[in-house]
Amino acid sequence: MSAEVPRIKGGIGQSILRKEDARFIRGKGNFVDDIKLPGMLYLDITRSPYAHAKITAIRTDKALKVPGVLAVITGKDLEAAGLAWMPTLMSDKQMVLPTDTVMYQAQEVAAVVADSRYAAADGAAAVEVDYEPLPVVIDPFKALEPNAPVIRTDRKEKSNHIWHWETGDKAGTDALFQSSAVQVAQDLYIPRIHVSSMETCGCVAHMDSVSGRFTIYMTTQAPHAIRTVYALVTGLPEQNIRVISPDIGGGFGGKVPVYPGYVLASVASIKTGHPVKWIEDRSENLQADSFARDYHIHAEVASTQDGKVTALKVKTVADHGYTDAAANPSKFPAGLFHIITGSYPFAKAFVEVDAAYTNKPPGGIAYRCSFRVTEAVYTIERMMDILAQRLKMDPAELRLKNFIAPEAFPYKSALGWTYDSGNYAGALRKAMEIIDYPGLRREQAEKRQRGELMGIGISSFTEIVGAGPSETFDILGIKMFDSAEVRIHPTGKVLARFGTKSQGQGHETTYAQILAEELGIPADDIRVEEGDTDTAPYGLGTYASRSTPTAGAAASMAARKIREKATKIAAHLLEVSPNDIEWKDYAFRVKGVPSKSKTMQEVAFAAYTNHGKGTEAGLEATDYYDPPNMTYPFGSYICVVDIDKDTGQVKVRRFVAVDDCGTIINPMIVDGQIHGGLTMGFAPALLEEIQYDEDGNIHGGSFMDYLVPTAVETPKWETAKTVTPSPHHPIGAKGVGESATVGAPPAIVNAIVDALQPYGVEHIDIPVHPWKVWRIIHGADA
Amino acid sequence: MAASARPVTPAASLTSAGGTMVRVQVRVNGQPVTAEVEARTLLVHFLREILGLTGTHIGCDTTNCGACTVHLDGKPVKSCTVLAVQTNGREVRTVEGLEVGGKLSAVQESFYEAHGLQCGFCTPGMMMTATALLAKNPNPTEAEVRDAIRGNLCRCTGYVNIVKAIQLAGQKMQPAAAAPGGKT
Repeated sequence: MSAEVPRIKGGIGQSILRKEDARFIRGKGNFVDDIKLPGMLYLDITRSPYAHAKITAIRTDKALKVPGVLAVITGKDLEAAGLAWMPTLMSDKQMVLPTDTVMYQAQEVAAVVADSRYAAADGAAAVEVDYEPLPVVIDPFKALEPNAPVIRTDRKEKSNHIWHWETGDKAGTDALFQSSAVQVAQDLYIPRIHVSSMETCGCVAHMDSVSGRFTIYMTTQAPHAIRTVYALVTGLPEQNIRVISPDIGGGFGGKVPVYPGYVLASVASIKTGHPVKWIEDRSENLQADSFARDYHIHAEVASTQDGKVTALKVKTVADHGYTDAAANPSKFPAGLFHIITGSYPFAKAFVEVDAAYTNKPPGGIAYRCSFRVTEAVYTIERMMDILAQRLKMDPAELRLKNFIAPEAFPYKSALGWTYDSGNYAGALRKAMEIIDYPGLRREQAEKRQRGELMGIGISSFTEIVGAGPSETFDILGIKMFDSAEVRIHPTGKVLARFGTKSQGQGHETTYAQILAEELGIPADDIRVEEGDTDTAPYGLGTYASRSTPTAGAAASMAARKIREKATKIAAHLLEVSPNDIEWKDYAFRVKGVPSKSKTMQEVAFAAYTNHGKGTEAGLEATDYYDPPNMTYPFGSYICVVDIDKDTGQVKVRRFVAVDDCGTIINPMIVDGQIHGGLTMGFAPALLEEIQYDEDGNIHGGSFMDYLVPTAVETPKWETAKTVTPSPHHPIGAKGVGESATVGAPPAIVNAIVDALQPYGVEHIDIPVHPWKVWRIIHGADA
Repeated sequence: MAASARPVTPAASLTSAGGTMVRVQVRVNGQPVTAEVEARTLLVHFLREILGLTGTHIGCDTTNCGACTVHLDGKPVKSCTVLAVQTNGREVRTVEGLEVGGKLSAVQESFYEAHGLQCGFCTPGMMMTATALLAKNPNPTEAEVRDAIRGNLCRCTGYVNIVKAIQLAGQKMQPAAAAPGGKT
């Protein structure tokens, strides 16, 4: 045998084109709104114009007279069925429809079922509701004041305080702050933003009253979890519930929660015996679906005089809206915010978060990053720059001086996380080299002489993804494993199913590549399916960059189980003992006689035709993978901005992203994930924000004023990689979907603050709209 | 035309008894179509719900996102902001009309080859805008491409590979356009 073994076609590391694209480029995707069932009805929703009000009357008679309208559902109807409230993933509860009080603007008040889409909309507009406005609480700090109006009067605790969470060593941190030469402190606000996937949310619910079978086509990132929640909440037997998540037009975390519309369509189908479709429009999506962020952070960092960081202290108020409907692991109400020590060896740290109710829709879900990692990374990477500024040190030099060293891994952080692997200096040095960091600093110095505003910003982030190990990670008690079921057919072709659900990430391709590598079967011969709870093995779904770390690992492990069995069949075919067989260069070979071999395809055929005595027929395996640790992707980003002094406009001139997500399965797809992630980091840094006025009116409730970046504003991203495999993942992969969304915002803000050094600025809150910059330049803040 | 038109019964999904009905006669992807629809029927709903052409998507309600982009007499329009009845006597082309005789268009091929899509939801509208751009300007600069697609939002790709795909499609179309004896 030659040493040169050709790689298996479509194996790991190859930029093969995506299997899923064949349907999408032809307009043949199958999204929820494309589904049409015989006799299907349509549901539309009447929403509240008030942020906080008593409902004194709901009149449905006019709506019921609209031609085509068949039924109107109100909170009273649901209350009778015990469904007016439903549990959230954080053991709080939320309204499906209110029985007496609305708690945010655009809240669902009634649902109208009709025989056409237009008739349902007409009906929803004809529902008459009388309101008695109540005092509105929008500012979470005011919400926590002792005399604030209590929003959730249904709770035992008569206050807007939801929970307090803290971690770390408070006394040790305080002591280290006392003894450290330098302390910096900053308030940072990370505003509400919305994922705005291009497809809004919706479903087609169908209760077959004869068979008792309930099927729901749903825009969900976690179909199995939804099935179980449905079973627990409605009492329907779980084997009769089928959740199908067809093609999903982007999720980014916004399609993890259960929204009232899903439940209303389900109730309407049960009530009418017809399939019922509910599709929200964009304004409903932006105004009422779960939001991300809304963290008011106070951070302090201590260091030695020469810039070695020592201790970190963070106090945060989290605005959760009227209910805590975040999608966090049960044990972590503030998600994984305690990754906030970042890429640096803080000796001590202490973090506390207080969560508040306000008259806003539920917040605290994801925006292409779950579990508060973005909030943490933004804070530490901003604070490192503030420290550098105080010490008059170059921000790159400060980071290089402090990074956790490559030989320190596995590294246990001050807040208890064990980082699997990393080479932080390697990534930063690479980014500095690509962008010519010294050259940029020279250019900046010259421009400052001329009065021009140019800034350079760095972010050296560490992520924590791949939730997660079952001893720590569960959602409502369900452990956060994920799964793969792999079947090899007699002709050597593969059908593989997973508990995750792609929303654009390209799982049909990526998982096939992992299996190709592990099984020695070309990726073209491997079909990947997800999203149907009747066929896929149980899993917790796709969010938090967990698919490759969990289900991707399950693919490897299932394939290895198959190889174990296949070894016996190969031994039978080759008439040797299984102990004499090794899997090498994509074939089962007799040790020492590598030319005597059987391919996986040959073994697969034998598994159904000549599997040998004592061996069970068939060739398939299932794996439920419980990761031993989280994975810790990292990277260093450098951003260059130019600022127009007359308008305050910030232009991102260059942005170099060096990412390390461990082993790369498909470089093309990984780059695509980074491009998209960077754009969703750029957006909140410069454009996107959902604001409310003091009456609770939403500003930013449509695409007219919620500024999703277009191709014109979006920079041309430059990407590069370092590869530091995860030591505990079967193929060393770490997950990549969210790294860039996490890493980009501080790089951009650091660059802007750097550009504004002549004005002595230490911080600007995001989004950095031109007026904020203009006011600094023109002294309007003085 | 009426004689050869494929009669289509309006689906129950759009009509609302009592609404004013109008007749729409239009060619969609080269096929004549005649239908009675409620006057307020939007072109996007006409295409999706009556003709079953679900490749055209709806991503917003303010004409910002471009997921519903189709061609009306060769020009890209947002079909959420055109009434079906406004297309009377005109020619509509949707994403389903890009592939001709089993052959993908250069734009479709290039979106596939350059990884110009991820979730696939904005893709049909994006490809229709790209097709219209390249018909006018087969060799656009990056800035021209970015400007042309500014009315089409994508949340997944960060636009980098969409821009590449459109430029690649332009290149693919050039030899054919310059082929000897070719007619425009």
